[in-house]
Amino acid sequence: MSTYEPVLLARINKDQSHTLDSYLADGGYDAFKKALGMAPADVTNLVKDSGLRGRGGAGFPTGLKWTFLPKDHPGPIYLAVNGDESEPGTFNNRILLEKDPHQVLEGIAISCYAIRSNTAYLYLRYEYGGAWRALQKAVAECYEKGIFGKNVFGSGFDLDVRLHRGAAAYICGEETGLIESLEGKRAWPRIKPPFPAIEGLFRKPTIVNNIETMACVTQILKRGIEWFKSIGVPPDPNNPRDAGSYGPKLYCLSGHVNKPGCYEVPLGITARRLIEEYGGGVPGGRGIKAVVPGGISMGFLAPSELDTPLDFNGPGKVGCLGLGTAAVVVVDDQTSIVDVVYNCARFFAHESCGQCTPCREGTNWMQRILHRIRSGQGRMEDLDLLLEVSNGIGMMPGTTICGLADGAGWPVKNAIRKFRSEFEEYIQSGRSTIKPSELVGAH
Amino acid sequence: MPTVYVNDQPVELGAGEKLNCIQAAQKAGVEIPHYCWHPSLSVVASCRMCLVEVGDKKPDGTVAMVPKVVPGCQTPVKDGTVIVTNSPKVKAAQAGTLEYLLLNHPLDCPVCDQAGECGLQDFSFKYGRAYSRLAEPKNQKVDKPHIGEQITLFTDRCIMCTRCVRFTREISGTAELQVVSRGSGEEIDIFPGNPCNNKLAGNVVDLCPVGALCSKDFLYEQRVWWLKGKNSVCAGCSTGCSIRVDQNKDVVYRLKPRSNPLAQGEFMCDEGRFGWKYIHSEHRLKFPMQKLPGGMSAVSWPQILPAVKQALAEAAQRAPDKLGVVLSPFMTVEEAYLLSKYVKSLSSGAKLWMTPPRVVGEDDQYPKDLHGNATLNPKFTIRAEKAPNRAGVEAVLKHFGGEIAPLDTALAQVANGAIEAIYLVGGDPEGWITPDQTKPLAKAKLVVVQDLLDSPALPQATFVLPGTSWAERDGTFVNHAGLAQAIHRGLRSPGDAWPDGRIAYELAGRSGMFHAVTIRQEIAGVIPSLAALIVGDLGDEGVFLKSNDEPAGQSPAAANGAVPVAGGSRS
Repeated sequence: MSTYEPVLLARINKDQSHTLDSYLADGGYDAFKKALGMAPADVTNLVKDSGLRGRGGAGFPTGLKWTFLPKDHPGPIYLAVNGDESEPGTFNNRILLEKDPHQVLEGIAISCYAIRSNTAYLYLRYEYGGAWRALQKAVAECYEKGIFGKNVFGSGFDLDVRLHRGAAAYICGEETGLIESLEGKRAWPRIKPPFPAIEGLFRKPTIVNNIETMACVTQILKRGIEWFKSIGVPPDPNNPRDAGSYGPKLYCLSGHVNKPGCYEVPLGITARRLIEEYGGGVPGGRGIKAVVPGGISMGFLAPSELDTPLDFNGPGKVGCLGLGTAAVVVVDDQTSIVDVVYNCARFFAHESCGQCTPCREGTNWMQRILHRIRSGQGRMEDLDLLLEVSNGIGMMPGTTICGLADGAGWPVKNAIRKFRSEFEEYIQSGRSTIKPSELVGAH
Repeated sequence: MPTVYVNDQPVELGAGEKLNCIQAAQKAGVEIPHYCWHPSLSVVASCRMCLVEVGDKKPDGTVAMVPKVVPGCQTPVKDGTVIVTNSPKVKAAQAGTLEYLLLNHPLDCPVCDQAGECGLQDFSFKYGRAYSRLAEPKNQKVDKPHIGEQITLFTDRCIMCTRCVRFTREISGTAELQVVSRGSGEEIDIFPGNPCNNKLAGNVVDLCPVGALCSKDFLYEQRVWWLKGKNSVCAGCSTGCSIRVDQNKDVVYRLKPRSNPLAQGEFMCDEGRFGWKYIHSEHRLKFPMQKLPGGMSAVSWPQILPAVKQALAEAAQRAPDKLGVVLSPFMTVEEAYLLSKYVKSLSSGAKLWMTPPRVVGEDDQYPKDLHGNATLNPKFTIRAEKAPNRAGVEAVLKHFGGEIAPLDTALAQVANGAIEAIYLVGGDPEGWITPDQTKPLAKAKLVVVQDLLDSPALPQATFVLPGTSWAERDGTFVNHAGLAQAIHRGLRSPGDAWPDGRIAYELAGRSGMFHAVTIRQEIAGVIPSLAALIVGDLGDEGVFLKSNDEPAGQSPAAANGAVPVAGGSRS
């Protein structure tokens, strides 16, 4: 086991960890007070210098994003916090919000101060009832204690935090889809430009950040840049566009492992170490067939690629889309990859918002082809067709407005490239793995 | 001048002209296929049909291309923009999008109303592939004939461009249509109990690039390739929407709005769109009639024309001040001019009137807000003045010293004997005279009625001259804003009815045949306020009578809504 001492998750096992009293006893909101003593631009610079990259999936440098806001904007400027954690296999936001909501709220308060926003919206996915109740309580406590509201801590800074519970759609996690949904509309991602930092929520400059990013902001303010930079992976000197992968990360380990769960580990751990040291290996000592490095839209790691470091660059080097949400899903060698890919395709066909033609039709087409293959009616040429469709629907950026199509295509093309022989064997055998229950419940 | 390069072909932009790639390519004569983009609606860039490659031409001549395809509708052009619409990358994107669009689109073109003018057919033919690779059954969705009184939805044909949804939100403001469900199960629908029945609803049928939204009025009536279209102007109100009359074998099947930024923009209202049915009314007058000792009887034009001329001439001679003509705002400028000039030539003391147009309620402006009130920037106006050419006939009338007065003014003069011979021009399909009003006509010595429909005035008439509807004649209509537009004869008249211009022309005894362009130019020389008609051919968009009435750089919204400029001379 690693000697790393969790920071973001340090408090989650304490009794009553979600209450304000408990948080204040652990030095809570000191970081916010510290930030209030600094100039907003200095807080932004601090976050920028820390090298913090967004934890929501794309890994965009958080401080840099904040600097995209128009200078001297008369306001209002909004902060929208993305708690629509819908990528299959991801549950770190849930842990944070249920067990330590104040850590996130403090990060929101600091971020609002840094970007000169007086209103933050926290968008929570519908399914997180426990987190919703914890958040409501936490926000009420903050208002009661004067941490939120007018003139917080006598600094002259006003802060409102509003909670919004979504209606359960994957696309609401896309930043402009989230903004549309917050405005009360159908969550159809917007065309860019203008980017949200220029024109976002209610046509005002808006920053959209992830829950885990907010927790990281709290810790950076509390512990400083040096602490943050001492964790993780520095930039690759050979890649000038690499911003490095600093800081701790909440990896969500699930699938065929003995100890699934959310583990806080420095960025850059390899998939093998994560599965073996933290997850306790695969049940029954079975082998690993594939590992999803960061949510199913990122593709698959083959067994030979398990030593890939799970930082922002690692999965990309072995043909995956990226680190994504760091949701590591383990698939053992008893599972048919065709079934796995079908499940991924079904998810995206169901969650495609239906705005852009290639995604609306392509995701559904891939699902139907895979369904046909699974029902024993597959043809060899279907594999090339699947490759073409999965490549064609989401040549991001370009063919679609948002990244959903790209994410929908990636597991399919990645699996066919890495496990083509298994697909071929499956088609040739003509067997069907469809269970009668699936036909009834099929979307 | 800013220059844009479309497939290496330079196109100059006007000063301050803001175009997207589709419009810039149109200027160069290059078509970029598109479905969801429409010049009057907001940009959503969701159909992904207009993907093109763009780049930037540097002053030193090198071109830096963007390494991806971008939607042309969403990409503005500026000086030096390079647009490529025919590269392999673009062609692959176009073919790909079309294949996706056709995946679940039923190939029921043989029974689809849109076949022949279908965006999906046309672009598939030009940019698509010949066959589908879908091996599975297509999606089946339930049709929704209840979506509106005038419109029906073939749900499975829909390609989800959402033009109709945006129209009801942005132009009519009534927001009945919406998208329900998600992914490939998506459908256009209404909220239960709130069908799409607003006064502009018919436009969603025109906006639909495929055969999903169909007009119930036109459904299964004609194959569109049999229709012959003629440009005209809607006679429903004084907005004067530019339209096309689609007919086959002298039967009108539908009216379609034409794009005209000077008149109404892109759309037309349902009142005008479905208000042409009187053209084929059974009450149309088909033959000239004369009151003979045995009662009214049909006669031929060669018989009746000399008789009318003689009767009018005699009346003018007998009592030059007691000859009156009532013009109608449904006449064209040419007809009003020819008739007025003819009557004035008989007797300079002849009296001219024009009945004011029927006014129904108030101007109806769109978009509506939540409460059904007009918003600040109207994009479309249905006018209360239900006649197409009040302004034009008024200009002629002023020149000949006539006045605008209700029909009763003229009839009162008939009743008190101040007028003995009267020439009445009808034209309002809703009726222009009541049975009570016809009583004074019994006192007149000569009553000539020129109309297209049966009316209570006919029994009192000495002569009945069967005229025609606006769709059957040539001429000029001047709308509320002083825009003169040409109407064209789209079909032949029923029976032996003559276009009104021809009647006036023959009455005046002019040689040759009635030719609207020639008369128009003659009028321009005679009547200063109509001098702008000197161009003769008014083109598809028409010309403003007062050039200073047409502010340079007029915003499209103002042109669309034809907003009355505060204090301006436009009525």
